[in-house]
Parts: sequence; structure tokens; C-alpha cells
Amino acid sequence: MARPDPAGGTAVPGALPIPTAPGAVLRQVGIADPSPSRLRRALVTAGWSLASVSLFAGLWELAWILKLLDPLLMPPPHIFLRDFGSQAKFFDTATIGSASKAPAVAVLTTILATSLRVLAGLTLAFAGSLMVGILVSYVTLARRLMLPMLTLLAPISPVAWLPVAIFVFGIGNAPAVFMVFIGVFFIMTMATVSQIAGVPATYIDVARTMGASRTQTLRRVVLPAILPGLFLVLRLNLFAAWIVVLIAEAVGVGSGLGQIVILARNTFNSSLVFFTMTLIGVTGFLFDYALRVIQRRLLWWEPASGVLS
Amino acid sequence: MTSTKADTRSLCCTAVGKTWAPGTARAVHALDDVDLDVAPGEFVVLIGPSGCGKSTLLSLVAGLEQITTGAIEHGGRPVGAAGPDRCMIFQQASLYPWLSVSDNVTFGPRLRGMPKVQRRELAERLLRTVGLAHAVDQRPAELSGGMRQRVAIARALAMEPEILLMDEPFAALDVQTRSKLQDHVIDVWRQSGASVLFVTHHIDEAIALADRIVVFTAAPGRIKEIVPVDLPRPRNPRDAAVHEIHDHLLDLLRDEVDRAFAEQERLVR
Repeated sequence: MARPDPAGGTAVPGALPIPTAPGAVLRQVGIADPSPSRLRRALVTAGWSLASVSLFAGLWELAWILKLLDPLLMPPPHIFLRDFGSQAKFFDTATIGSASKAPAVAVLTTILATSLRVLAGLTLAFAGSLMVGILVSYVTLARRLMLPMLTLLAPISPVAWLPVAIFVFGIGNAPAVFMVFIGVFFIMTMATVSQIAGVPATYIDVARTMGASRTQTLRRVVLPAILPGLFLVLRLNLFAAWIVVLIAEAVGVGSGLGQIVILARNTFNSSLVFFTMTLIGVTGFLFDYALRVIQRRLLWWEPASGVLS
Repeated sequence: MTSTKADTRSLCCTAVGKTWAPGTARAVHALDDVDLDVAPGEFVVLIGPSGCGKSTLLSLVAGLEQITTGAIEHGGRPVGAAGPDRCMIFQQASLYPWLSVSDNVTFGPRLRGMPKVQRRELAERLLRTVGLAHAVDQRPAELSGGMRQRVAIARALAMEPEILLMDEPFAALDVQTRSKLQDHVIDVWRQSGASVLFVTHHIDEAIALADRIVVFTAAPGRIKEIVPVDLPRPRNPRDAAVHEIHDHLLDLLRDEVDRAFAEQERLVR
């Protein structure tokens, strides 16, 4: 069977395989390579993702058909996704300064508001934990003064910080961003410290014998050596950030996807609950995908491996 | 080739001792009373049982560790912190995976602010000396173990060091690659005019490379004997003179390895 070939032509059936394409070496180190096999693998991955979602949705629909689930409490996907307009109208009130908007615009604004809070919190936490982690690792005084306190604060659930966030920042974007920051900062700081401790000693020794100063060693050796690991930690904590931002929005912010979930709960609108959950899931997935792409482009030297890359 | 104190550029180790964690229960006496002079351009190989402190001596010369007793002077001045005049090559090539081969080679010159165009020329020239001119734009992950170690050698040469310190650089490589790289090291050594201090476990490697072979005792490491190798290179392993040195080294080392084992067993009990 001839299959379309991205180069424009059609693959000749029975054509000899090209021995060791130059892409073979590049693939090992995760450099983009537009060969047909890469496209095929992407399609296969997408196919399995679709199958995974379909299986889940299918079982749910089946349970509905067999009347195992009460459609009022657990409406299946075809019900809660059916009437976009009627669901979307609830989002109109969910953004700050809500003037009447088209439903689609309201949905997008709400998603954007929540996403920007996650992004702001993650960015601050990443930068902050990098700075504190470096201080703790390299300045003895900072380590002695800060490490015990950091270890003490780390296990406190972000939920416990919620009242603090509202006392200090009131209502609006700030408490939500603060919550995301708190939810990620301590883990990221600990990760930074352990990543720095894990930099191979010979990496540092090589730089020292080359006459590198401490700052040069930090910038040119330690930083690139720890970034891939930190980025993976950041990705793993992305989900924590999404959990926390929704709690903050549900309680203290008065806008965003978390607010919609609470609105749906209070009005007993189960369709809206599942509709919003779908939006949250898709947005979280897209966030992770974006981080994965950034990871592959910017931190290409860490070989892509495992199910997480 | 023998060293002369008169030469101002030589490396002089005088009564060097090193104790790890001194004054504690974990104190380990690694080196004791080591006197060794290395003349400019001399190739000295350090050999001895595991844990005899030969790598420690290298770290001390490199300035990566502090000496406990004695003095190490280079060109009449005590060696201070690590510096580019004494470049170290480690057992693992330790290339930076985020840099291309050429950027790895010119890592040191870049720290000193060498402009990009010059760095490129330097990288190409040095990679040619180690036979890797074609790899200039590759990534370390794409290279074999032997190629990586050659890049590490080129990287050290970029600093134009007066002393090259090589800490079992070929220990992780297979026999064929090892013998090829020994040839490269001899070429590089001849061209650069640097002195070389080379640590190895292998008697054959020591004889193939050295002007003088320094045999260490078991811990604490002392110099047991210094064996000169006054034979033209390349040295034929089947040569009678090579055999003679080989047997002599084997006798010296066997005693020390036995002693090291006995000591370890005593410690375990």
C-alpha cells in the first residue's frame, strides 16, 4: 500500500530503505528531525491518546444508556458538551468587571485569567526558588539561617496558606498568584538545592582548572547542569499549581475557572461542573505540552526518555 | 631524561604529605613524604596499588586539594589554587553536554574573553591534533568514549598548560582504543612541549609512555622506586629491554598489592 509521503511524492512500494539517515544520530540527542518516521510516531501517539479518551467517554455513555448513572448527577459527555451556549453564559459573570460578552469570549477570558495566574505564580516560583536555592547552596550563612525555616514551611499545605493569602492580598489576582507561588516554591527550592549538590564534581573541577571564577562556574557550568532537572520538577509541579489556583479562585478571588466550579456546585448544575472540568483538563494538558516543547527546544542536551518526555 | 633543580620551570614536590579529615576518627593518611621533581617537557607516569594516593598527588598539584605537609612549587613559586597552567584530564571525559564539541574545547579561552572567530580557529586546530577535525560541530552525546577523551585532551591543550595532569584518562576505554589514544598522547606531548604527570594502573601503559615511572607503596603512599625508561618511542612490547622493565615493575607492584590487601583485611577485622 502506497502511503503519502511528507516530502510530496508517494512512497514506492518495496523501495529499499535508506541506510542510516542522518536523522538517526540527531534523534538520539532529541534534535528536531522531520523524517516520516517521526510524523508516524506522532500520529500513533495522537491515535492512542484519542483511544484513551474515547474509551473513558464510551464507558461513561454506556453506563448512561444502561441507566446506571443518574443523568442529573452524572450527565455523560454528550449532554454536558452539547449546548455550549447555555454553559458558556455562566462564564460571563466569572471575569472581573464583567460586561456582557459573547459566550465564547467569556469562556476564553475565564480560561486566560486562570492560565495567567498559573503562569505568573510558576514564573515567580521558578525564579525565586532558583535564587534561594543558589544562596542556600553557596552561602554558608544563608544556608544556616534559611534551610531550617524552609524545611519547616515546605510541608504546610497550600490550603493552609489560603487565609494568609486573603488577609495579606485581599481579593483579586494577587492571592491566587501567591497561592500558586507557595504551592510550588518550597518544592522547587529543595529541588534546586539537591540538583546543585548533584552536579558532577568533575564538571566543577574542570572549570576550576580552567581558571573559572565562582560566578563563571555558576553561570556556565552549574546553571546549565541543573536546568533540565529543574524543568522536569517544574512540569511535575504544574499540576499542583493548577489544583491550588482553582482552590484560590473558588474561595478568594471571585473569578476564573475555580469560581465557575463553585458557582456550579452552589446552583447544583452538574453539567456545568463537568463542562468546566473538561476545560480545566484540556488547558492543563496544553500547559504541560507547551512546557514539554520548551524543554525539548531549550534544554535539548538532556536526552528525551521515559513517558514524561 | 633526569630532572634538575636548577631549571626554574620545573615542578618540585618536596616532602609532600596529605591526610584526609585530619584530627578526626575518619582520618586517612593518603600520602607521606613524597619528593618528586618533574623537568619541563618530561613525561612521568605514576603507578601503584589502588588507594595509594597517586591520584591525590595529582589533585594536589592541580590545586584542587590543599596539601597537609610539605610544599609543591612550580617555576619556583608555590602552586596555589587551581589554575590553567596545570590542566587536568579526568578518568571521565566530563565534557559539558550542553556545549558543542568546539565550544567544549574552547571553554577555557572563552572564560578569558577570546572572540568567537578566534575560538573557532583554535578549536579546529586543536581537534586536528587529536584527529577529530570532523567532529567540530557535533555534540558530546554523539561521540564514542575514546572520542570524548580526545576532546577532553584538546580542551586541556587550549589552555596551553605547562603541565598536563592525566588521572587514569583511559581506564574506562577498551584495549584497542586505549593504545590508539596512547599514540595521540605521545604526539600531543611532543608538539606541546608540556610536562605530563600521568596516573595509571597498567604497567604496559606506563612503559609505552613514560620517561620515568614512579612506583608508589600501598597507603600511605610513598615513592618506592623511580624506574627510568631510556628507550626510543614507539616501544615494542616484545623488546627484551621492555620485558625487563615490565618484570621489574611487576615485582615491585606485587609486594605492594599484597601489602594493600593485608592492610584491608586487617581493617575489616
